[in-house]
Amino acid sequence: MLEIKNLHVSIDDKPVLNGVDLKINSGEVHAMMGPNGAGKSTLTNVIMGHPKYTITQGDILFNGKSILDLEPHERSLMGLFLAFQHPKEIGGITLEEFLLAAYRAKQKHLHPDNPPVLVFRFKKMLKELMEKFKMEKKFASRYLNQGFSGGEKKKSEMLQMAVLKPSLAIMDETDSGLDVDALKAVCDGIQQVQRDSEKPMGVLMITHYQRILKHLEPDHVHVLKDGKIIQSGGKEFAHELEKNGYENL
Amino acid sequence: MEFISKDKNEPDWMLAHRLRAFDHFNNMPMPTWGPDLSVLNFDEICFFAKAADKKGGFDSWEEVPQEIKYTFERLGIPEAERAVLAGVGAQYESEAIYHSLEKELSDLGVIFTDLDVAVHEHPELVKKYFMKCVPANDHKFAALHGAVWSGGTFLYIPKGVEVKKPLQSYFRMNAINMGQFEHTLIIIEDGATGHYIEGCSAPKYGSQALHAGCVEVFVGEGSKFRYSSVENWSRDTYNLNTKRAIIEKDATMEWVGGNMGSGVTMLYPCSILKGDGARADHLGIAFANEGQTQDTGAKIFHIGKNTSSKVTMKSLSKGGGTSIYRGELHVAKTADNAISQVECDALILDPISASDTIPNIKVNNQTATINHEARVGRLNEEDIFYLTSRGIPQEEAEAMIVNGFIDPIVRELPMEYAVEMNRLIELEMEGSVG
Repeated sequence: MLEIKNLHVSIDDKPVLNGVDLKINSGEVHAMMGPNGAGKSTLTNVIMGHPKYTITQGDILFNGKSILDLEPHERSLMGLFLAFQHPKEIGGITLEEFLLAAYRAKQKHLHPDNPPVLVFRFKKMLKELMEKFKMEKKFASRYLNQGFSGGEKKKSEMLQMAVLKPSLAIMDETDSGLDVDALKAVCDGIQQVQRDSEKPMGVLMITHYQRILKHLEPDHVHVLKDGKIIQSGGKEFAHELEKNGYENL
Repeated sequence: MEFISKDKNEPDWMLAHRLRAFDHFNNMPMPTWGPDLSVLNFDEICFFAKAADKKGGFDSWEEVPQEIKYTFERLGIPEAERAVLAGVGAQYESEAIYHSLEKELSDLGVIFTDLDVAVHEHPELVKKYFMKCVPANDHKFAALHGAVWSGGTFLYIPKGVEVKKPLQSYFRMNAINMGQFEHTLIIIEDGATGHYIEGCSAPKYGSQALHAGCVEVFVGEGSKFRYSSVENWSRDTYNLNTKRAIIEKDATMEWVGGNMGSGVTMLYPCSILKGDGARADHLGIAFANEGQTQDTGAKIFHIGKNTSSKVTMKSLSKGGGTSIYRGELHVAKTADNAISQVECDALILDPISASDTIPNIKVNNQTATINHEARVGRLNEEDIFYLTSRGIPQEEAEAMIVNGFIDPIVRELPMEYAVEMNRLIELEMEGSVG
């Protein structure tokens, strides 16, 4: 589904990624680990099409086609989703209004001839999702992420993911800054979305820690260091890493 | 002056007023602060004929430029109304609606009419209040206005009367004679309540280069009044408006304004908090696009005891436009325990646009509490990326951020104006992405 080939990326002429190769098939869960500054967040941003990075070499294919020339919104409409490490706070627009706009954009892309979803239908759908996620109703009428706690922001990301039903979800340190309960709630959310999606959703999880992997078992674990994937393995590799760290790799 | 006065069959006192004002105009210097006004040539501006003959519009729909037609279309304004807004045609379709409203109002003793009509029908009221709030010797453009004013609105709400429906100039716009020098005179008697909405959010196009209107509001003891306006003059206009209210004891005045159009706007609604316990609330949005300078703000004079004021201004700059907040805040010796809070936020949408804040605060009473906050932000790449990553195209994402930024003010506008304000912003935002 997602194929990254020999990807070289720089920012302000400074190389950050130096030849990343990665293949994620439909429904697979991949964990990407590695020290700070290894280029993990860069990788997620580049997949989503952040304009500040320059791709100097290589390609990113999604469903067999290069997406390098596509705008971020086009990549989203194709089924890519990025759960941000630090979701932005946008004043004056409520989470619900924002989700409605995003949902309508997605539906228009999938079914260009259908009229836009009616507001009350959307509200009903959103209400059901929020109940599943054990979110308070008033959450949706707050301004987008504004004044949200760390845990609330991550929940907001999960809700957005649930509304958009992506085929590949990239999670940038979704586990950071969460306590045990919040982490469990977020992981439950991810699994909920996985269960609800018609086709199995692929996941690329960026993380520093083992603990999220206890909730969401990865099929593949990779270590990114100095802008390159230096080692990959199965889920047992994660346990090895926990014991020995990646300093010696 | 004599020609205008004669044409309108005005009483002598009005002619005398015009002549006095003209004297002031001749003897006063051009303002030297603020945007450059040196290109204004008073000999070339037609002060009356155009407003009366052409009514600032076009003779037929065919003459209306394509660009304006397109704007109307995008705003979703019905065809019949579009024609009126462009100054074509003499009758407003919904005159019937206005007449039923008129009946309701006159039963309450409310007078809501053309100021030209009021000069004849209610001379005692007009004479008592006309240009007593904004005297003709206030500044050069007030003097000019006093000399050549024409058209405008007269609103009188008697003691204790509460008018619930917002009164709109829209309704009484039977012809687009909202000329360059219209005068709005509003008298709210003690304990009365009202809301007046001036202008309409559709652009007014004409050949006028200078708009020097005047709004005077007398807010009686314990009364409450709100004045809302959305101004969107054509881009070649100098919009030099004077708006001022005198607020008596325990009365509240609220100004809500949106400024989108004009080449140069200089507009600083002014509240004179004369009575003890008087309050003023100023809310405003200014949008400066290519070639525009929006020099707007608020002027507040605290005179009575325990008076309070609050100013919330938001400005947007784009395409090389400049937005300036210019504020005057005076606390007189007499104004014990005055409280004032000024908040101005600027959002700059691209690297070539600019914003500035010029507050002038004079406090002559040590018991005052003054709070001035100014923030400047730029449209942020990270915020846009966040929104676009959810499938929302960039232009729409930018409009979303901008609409969110002005939301606290737009939500104070009546529904239909809020909708149009948002649409206008979206129009202005179009083509901002390469």
